[in-house]
Parts: sequence; structure tokens; C-alpha cells
Amino acid sequence: MHIRLHTLNQSIRFILIQNRAGKTRLAKWYMQFDDDEKQKLIEEVHAVVTVRDAKHTNFVEFRNFKIIYRRYAGLYFCICVDVTDNNLAYLEGIHNFVEVLNEYFHNVCELDLVFNFYKVYTVVDEMFLAGEIRETSQTKVLKQLLMLQSLE
Amino acid sequence: MPAVSKGDGMRGLAVFISDIRNCKSKEAEIKRINKELANIRSKFKGDKALDGYSKKKYVCKLLFIFLLGHDIDFGHMEAVNLLSSNKYTEKQIGYLFISVLVNSNSELIRLINNAIKNDLSSRNPTFMCLALHCIANVGSREMAEAFAGEIPRILVAGDTMDSVKQSAALCLLRLYKASPDLVLMGEWTSRVVHLLNDQSCMSVQRSILPLPHCLYPLDFNPSPPFLLQIVSSASTDLQDYTYYFVPAPWLSCKLLRLLQCYPPPEDGAVKGRLVECLETILNKAQEPPKSKKVQHSNAKNAILFEAISLIIHYDSEPNLLVRACNQLGQFLQHRETNLRYLALESMCTLASSEFSHEAVKTHIETVINALKTERDVSVRQRAADLLYAMCDRSNAKQIVAEMLSYLETADYSIREEMVLKVAILAEKYAVDYSWYVDTILNLIRIAGDYVSEEVWYRVIQIVINRDDVQGYAAKTVFEALQAPACHENMVKVGGYILGEFGNLIAGDPRSSPLVQFNLLHSKFHLCSVPTRALLLSAYIKFINLFPETKATIQEVLRSDSQIRNSDVELQQRAVEYLKLSSIASTDVLATVLEEMPPFPERESSILAKLKKKKGPGAVSVELEDGKERGELNGGGDRGGDASTPSPSADLLGLRSTAPASGATPSAGSLLVDVFSEAGPSATSAGVNDDGFLRFVCKNNGVLFENQLLQIGIKSEYRQNLGRMYLFYGNKTSVQFVSFNTTVSCPGELQSHILQLEPLVEGGAQVQQVINIECLTDFIDAPLLNIKFRYGGALQNISLKLPVTINKFFQPTEMAAADFFQRWKQLSQPQQEAQKIFKASHGMDTEVLKAKLLGLGTALLENVDPNPENYVCAGVIQTKAQQVGCLLRLEPNAQAQVHTHKSAVNSNLQVFTQMFNVIQVWAFAGPLNDFHILVLKPFQHCFLCMLVVIIVLLEHKSSPQSKIFHS
Repeated sequence: MHIRLHTLNQSIRFILIQNRAGKTRLAKWYMQFDDDEKQKLIEEVHAVVTVRDAKHTNFVEFRNFKIIYRRYAGLYFCICVDVTDNNLAYLEGIHNFVEVLNEYFHNVCELDLVFNFYKVYTVVDEMFLAGEIRETSQTKVLKQLLMLQSLE
Repeated sequence: MPAVSKGDGMRGLAVFISDIRNCKSKEAEIKRINKELANIRSKFKGDKALDGYSKKKYVCKLLFIFLLGHDIDFGHMEAVNLLSSNKYTEKQIGYLFISVLVNSNSELIRLINNAIKNDLSSRNPTFMCLALHCIANVGSREMAEAFAGEIPRILVAGDTMDSVKQSAALCLLRLYKASPDLVLMGEWTSRVVHLLNDQSCMSVQRSILPLPHCLYPLDFNPSPPFLLQIVSSASTDLQDYTYYFVPAPWLSCKLLRLLQCYPPPEDGAVKGRLVECLETILNKAQEPPKSKKVQHSNAKNAILFEAISLIIHYDSEPNLLVRACNQLGQFLQHRETNLRYLALESMCTLASSEFSHEAVKTHIETVINALKTERDVSVRQRAADLLYAMCDRSNAKQIVAEMLSYLETADYSIREEMVLKVAILAEKYAVDYSWYVDTILNLIRIAGDYVSEEVWYRVIQIVINRDDVQGYAAKTVFEALQAPACHENMVKVGGYILGEFGNLIAGDPRSSPLVQFNLLHSKFHLCSVPTRALLLSAYIKFINLFPETKATIQEVLRSDSQIRNSDVELQQRAVEYLKLSSIASTDVLATVLEEMPPFPERESSILAKLKKKKGPGAVSVELEDGKERGELNGGGDRGGDASTPSPSADLLGLRSTAPASGATPSAGSLLVDVFSEAGPSATSAGVNDDGFLRFVCKNNGVLFENQLLQIGIKSEYRQNLGRMYLFYGNKTSVQFVSFNTTVSCPGELQSHILQLEPLVEGGAQVQQVINIECLTDFIDAPLLNIKFRYGGALQNISLKLPVTINKFFQPTEMAAADFFQRWKQLSQPQQEAQKIFKASHGMDTEVLKAKLLGLGTALLENVDPNPENYVCAGVIQTKAQQVGCLLRLEPNAQAQVHTHKSAVNSNLQVFTQMFNVIQVWAFAGPLNDFHILVLKPFQHCFLCMLVVIIVLLEHKSSPQSKIFHS
């Protein structure tokens, strides 16, 4: 008899976009947390990520998970995943997402994310859903966003 | 390309956000918000009906206020109203509000679900996606109840657009994670696999792959051709899915990850193609980059690392393993810190494969260099892990020396783990024990604070057990104690060793007994109570070893600071030792204070400690407030007070029991009661198989329950494959920590185990899936072991998993003539087995029938001439062979006590035993009469046929004769 025991891996636990001062520009949760816990996580992530410099890796162990992050100007894009997940795939997942935002908002800046927060959620849902990567083709995502933009 | 201007569409929202940003103080912000809230509230309450645009704008403002961190207690109804708008932008804001501010008001939920239902059936792909995203984001049980049946239909429907399928697949995943019991396998699973193999739409494939493969059909096996096509495709082939010249990197990674859930393919051709894929990926790593951008190399390497994981998972292709190792070796010196880190991490697993261990070792100098020079502590940590993994007898001295020197400057967060690793390596690879003693004493000198009891206990155990090292140990600790500031752990080791073996160095005037004593006693006042207690014991040992020190030591014991010490333990020792030394004769003293006997050999307690640290138990949690306080590895459990030696334990305060875990099941836990209630049928001590018996004829139910934990199972079987879902429910309001399950299969069985999340919240349920393949016949069921901590106490539960051979029965229909012809062919005594047994409950026909069907066989109607009897037929499916079985049960209403056993051929004992067990499982419960079970294994048209006859005794007639003459 051959037995395999496995558990459901949930890949992405949450996605955070924070600025250097620790202000949250996007928080997307793929796990149930209560509001206090979310606030604590936001603060902890800010604390571990901002002390790192360019010589450090883009990965940092975090509780029982790991954070894959990349800094763009004053913004930190952070994805929290399982320790066994593929670091580079998520690192490029962030970059792919940022390129879409950049295209969508025409040279995206922090203020775009503030004023259009409700649109950022749409972009996220197009690209990430239920803690998984949903769509990776920039062409397809942008085409869809353009279509949605034209609706009223 | 689209571009949006700031806040287009909702001017009022943009103005409000600007106002907030311009607020100079927190107070001003709150004031502005309160003004806005009042405004919105009055609009919502106003007599004038709001138009969709205004409603959208105000709901969006409320959402913004909530995201700033303020409570929002109204607006839900307006948001729900937006859901039924037929304008996309209004609907989108409505769904967003609901997803972010999930509300448990049941009336609201009903309305929301209704709106979702309408959108799902709207056939408008945009609306369908919005609804699906909302379900995926909320994922509540109510939603699962409402939509778990609907979503699979959308997923497989032929006319569903690809983008909707993508969302539906992931939505299903979310519902499955939240409420696995509600998402059921159905006839649509085969169509999901069909979608997976449809290469025309890569994005749908990408979305289906993450579906837990327990939702795939049991016999699903991912096939490599598709993978091969992707990995070998030119970067231009996949257009939309090419990322910086790398074709479909995310899809490739996911496919390679999925393959890691399965054993290596056995079909030679399939395996060959898979190896070809992996080789292609390794080859591509050597090609010159198509772009200088880091995105290109990252995407390429993401696939490479996933491929290496798969190679390690298979662990059967020496060539690939060595190639993987060489590739990682190149990365070790790469200028990208990320790559160096990942290479170290990945190489760590390669080091444990016999095929690549030697190849990994060739990189030792690079890894040592990384340990010394890397700026990022996490990279150094990986280097230390790798050194530990690659260590063997040939390089142990070098590695231990490097680790020791690294310890002097190591980051505090990783010191304790480093200490444990050094201690383990030093012991494991010690050829001469003086090196071992030196290493441990160095460890104490360099990182004394991080040397746990396990470590210094262990060095003492080893010194006591090996007389060739005792003199050296005494000399070395004596020298170490000369240091003006030496660590308290050094004093403990020194006190113990000199107390036992000080005589071995007493010949040298520089370490005469009195010098030794004065040296130890000079440390006494700086030490904690347990150490002082240990030193007092060393002193009394000195009196025995060196009579000339007696007067000096008695003087010390007699001093007020000892004999009137406020600590009871110290005072008692001083008084007793003083008295002992004064009244006992030399002989008595020599007997009482004899050298410690050798410790029994056992597994190193340090190793257990390291395992504990590295495992899920590395999270420490405070339980008082029931709130999670996870910490990183290395936090928390250092030097747990619980294992501080009680000063009164034995003469030298060193307990001879394993100190590490305290994990004995008799730790006063509630489970002990459960075990003691387990019937005598338990096969191994402490294994609870009460629940087990109830599952022989059924697949679902509660396997185990006590005050803390409930374990439910659901299982399904097809041919020789099975899948079991385990649901662990925490019945308390407090979180379980270090929750850990393992499955062990006795004998020839194997298991592959991945761990659960280590935390189970109070009231929460977690799920685990086990895939089972029956390779050949077996008797022993796999054992499930569950360990967790509840309120600090370790709970340890062992259960038999109800996997019995009859689960692999395939029912077989056959006509009466056929049945009895086969039956008669089984005429030799060794081809049958029978059993007579008493049933303890009523012989209800329906219950009996249900039992027999539950057994997995086909119940054959109108076959046996006697209508009272039951006959059944089935084929047991194992991978190795198929075994046909015939079975007959004759209930006896007259209840006569009779036991009858047929001869059993020894080489078929497996089957006989197996059915003996089945008899007990299946019928001992619900029947209340005497029965005979006859088991008959035999050779037949298929590989082997086994006849089982379950017979009821009818008065004096032999059941066999009756059957064979019928």
C-alpha cells in the first residue's frame, strides 16, 4: 500500500502595498484574520521589510510563512506565501502586476493608488484570485481592464 | 492602452480624498470624516431616492473611510442595492464594499446571495466574474452552501467564456478550502481533467492546476507531454504568455509543482519524456541569456528551481541530481543575492540524497565563505544549514570548526540552533572523544547562554560512559575553569566532572585536590541555586575522593551561608552532606558516593530538541488570552523552565531520564483515559482502535473524539486507489499549537507526508487528505499519530486509520450456477477459511444486508437456495494482483454455540488472518448469534481466488458439508 498525505497548500496569504512611512496602499487578504490581527500583520511586515537594503534578498521569513517583496520607488509590494512556495515565481508575479499597473495608470505613482483604490482592487482580482495567480498575460489583463473601463 | 485620470468618474470622492490628505492633524481628519459620515447618513435617510451614481459615490466614500481604519456601521443595504444595478461601475463598487466589509447579518446575506445568483445566471461574463470574485473573496460557509453546486457547472459548461472559467475554478478552490465538505466530487471531475488537457487555453489551465488534486478523479495522473511542449517551446510560440522571453513561466512552475504531488511515473515512456523535460530545463539554464534584464533570469530560474525540486522529489535519477547540483554550484557565486540564497536552500535538500551528497560536498569552501561574508543573515543561516546537511565523517572537523568560529559573531537569532547543530555534529562524527569534549567546552565558552541543558547533559553522559576520555575531560574543564569569567554552564560541567573524575588529575600539584576545590568554590557565589546545589554535591564527592579536603569542605558546609541558607534545597544538602561526612565510615561513604554508573545508550536528546525547533513546534504561542502570538524560528522555547532540573532529583542534580520532550503520554493528559478504555483488541500499546472497527463497513463518520479534539473521516475508494479526508476539529476555544500529524505504515508500506499548519484555532476545523494506493495485500492498517500542545501540555494520540483490505473490493455480479460452480472448485481445505462467531445484537435482515454491502462485495440475490442465507462476491483490487472472493453468511436463529475452524494453509495465511480480522470488525457488533466464517483462498481463472464463506451453524450439520452439497 502506498500512502500519500498532503495538505492543501494555500499559496498567497495576503498582498500588501505599503509606503516607506508604513501607510497601507492596498491590503488584500486571502485568509481569515480579524481586524486587530490584520493591523498587527501590517505593522510587522513594515518592520521587517523596511530595514532591508539592496544587498539583502527579496525574501524574508515571517512567522511560519515568508514574504516575497520588491521595492518600487517609495512603495513596497509584499506577497506573503508558504515557505515552500517558489520565491522567484512570486517575485516576478509582483513585477508583472506592477507593469500592469504602470500601463493602466500611465506611469503609475503612489497617488494613483490612493485616488483609484477601488480600481486597484479590480486589477488585483484580475491577476490574483483565491490566493492563486489567476492571469499572467499582461495583454489579456489590460484588454479586459480596458473593456471594463469602457463600461458605465 | 488604457489610462485613467485621478479619480475619474466620481468627482466628489476625489475631492473628499484630497481633503483628507490635506488634513494637518489626526483631529482634523476625524472631524472631516465625521462631517462626511453625517452627510452620507442624511443622504441615505433622506426622502429623496438616490440615483445609482450618488449611491455608488457614497458607498465608495464609506469604503475609503473604512480603509483609513474607521468603523463603518451603515451603508450595507445601499451597497447591496448596488448589486442589482445593471451598470458595471455601480455593481463593482457594491461587490467591493461587500467583499471588504463582510457582514454576518443573515437577512443581508440572503439578499447578497440572491444578487450573486442573478449575476451568475445572467450569461453576462463581466457580471459573472464580479459575482465569482465576490464569492472567492468572501468564501463564507453560507456562500459555499449556496453556490458549491452551481460553480462546477459553470466551470465545465461548454458555452462559458474562458475568463469566467478561470474565475470559477479558483472560486471553487476557495470554497473548497473554506468548506471542503460542501464541495463534492461529481461527474464533472472528468470534465475538469478534460479542460486541463485542452491546450487551447493556457489561462484556464493555469487556473485549474491549483485545484487541490483531491478534486481530480482518483486515477488522474498529470502527463508530461504538455509540460514538454511548454518548456521546449520557443519564446515566440506562446505570445501572450511569454514573459521576458521565457514561455509561460508561471504555468510551468505550477505544472512542475503538481507533479511533485505524485510518485515518479512507472511507465517507462512517460518517465523518459519527463526526464527529457527536466533535461531541457537544465540545458536552457546553460544557454546564454536572451535578455540582460533580471526579469528574464528570474523567470527562467523560477522554472529551474521548481524542476530541481521535482528532481529531488523523485530522487532516482543520479545524472539529473548531479547536474542539478552543478547548476546550483554556479549560483553559489552569482552576484545576485537572491540566487545565492536559493541555491544554498535547494542544495540543502540535495545533500540528503545519496546520489548527490558527494557532489554537494565539493562546494564546501564556497559555502564556508558564504557563512563568513554574506551580509544578509538569512543567507548565512542557509549556509549554516547547508554545512550541517553536507557534514559527514570526512569533513566534520572542518565544518564544526567553521561553525564554532562563526558562532562568535553569529546573529543572536540563530545562535541556539547553531549550538545544537554543532553539538550534534560533534557527537555524531566524533572519532576521538577528546575532540568532542573540546568542541562542547568551546561551545559553552563561546555561546554559553545558548547551550541548553540537553547539550551539557549529553557531554556528561558521554564522559561518564567512556573511560578513555575521563582524564582528558577533567584536565580540560579544570583549565577552562581558570578563566576569570566563565559561563555558569561551564561551572556545572566542571563541577560534575571534577566531582566524578577529579582524582584523575590530582597527581599534578597544579591541580591538587585543594586547588581543584578552591577553583570550583571561587565560582560558587556567582552561581544560581541549581548550580550551587550541584556544586555542593560535587563537594561531598570530593570528601570521598580526597579525604584531605574533608576539613576544608566541612568548614564550608558548616558556614551560616550554607547551613542556614534561605533556600530549602541548599540548606538541606548542606545539613545532610555535613552529617554524612561526619558520621559515615569511609566504607559507607565510598559506597554512597561511588562513581556514577554508565548511562543507558539512547537517541541523543539534542537531536530531539533540534527536530522540535525546526519543526512546526518552532512557533511559541501564549495561550492565556487565546490569541496567536507566533514567533519566528528561534524565538520562545529556549531554556524552558519546565525542564530545569529539580535540585532534589539525585545526588548531582542530574536526572537520568531523557529531559528533552516531556512527551510521555502519561503526562497527565486527558488522553490517558481514552487509552485505558481501549479494548484488549488494541494491537500495539497506546493505539486507539475503537473507532476503527466501526469503519470496516462504512466510509464516513467520526473516527475519534475526546474533550479536545474530534476527528472525522470521509473516504472513497475506486479499484486499488483510495482517498481519505481527515477533519480535525478543535472542540475547545483555545488554539492548539505544534499540531503535527504523521502516518506510519507498518512493514512494507510507505508514506509520504506533508505537514499541516501547526496551529489549529479554537473552534476551527482543519482538513488533511491522504491518497492511498493498495500495492498488494496487507493486514496492518496504517497508524495515524497526532501530536499537539493544548494549554502547554503535549497531547499524543495514535489511531489506526480505517484502511482495510475490503475497501478495495470491487463488487462482482454472478448468476447462481456460476457462483456454485466456482464455489465447488474451491474444494481443497486450504482454500477456505471459516469462523463461527457470536453476534451481540439483533439479526435484522436490512442491517445485515447493509453490512455486507458496506463490506464492498456485491450481495447476490436469488443465488442461494436457502433464502435465509446471504452470498456475496467481489474482487479485491491490488496493484499486484486481483483476488476474487466468494462469501456466504448463514445467520442461525437457533443460536447454538459452536466453533469451527478449517485448516489454513500456511502460505496463504495472510488472507486467512485478514478475514479473521474482517469477521471481528464486521459482525461482532450488530449481530447476536453464532456464526461461522469460512475462508477459502485458492487458485482460479484470475491470478488467485479466495472464497470466503460466512456460515451460520445449523444445529449439528456441518456448514461446509451443507454448502458443498448444495
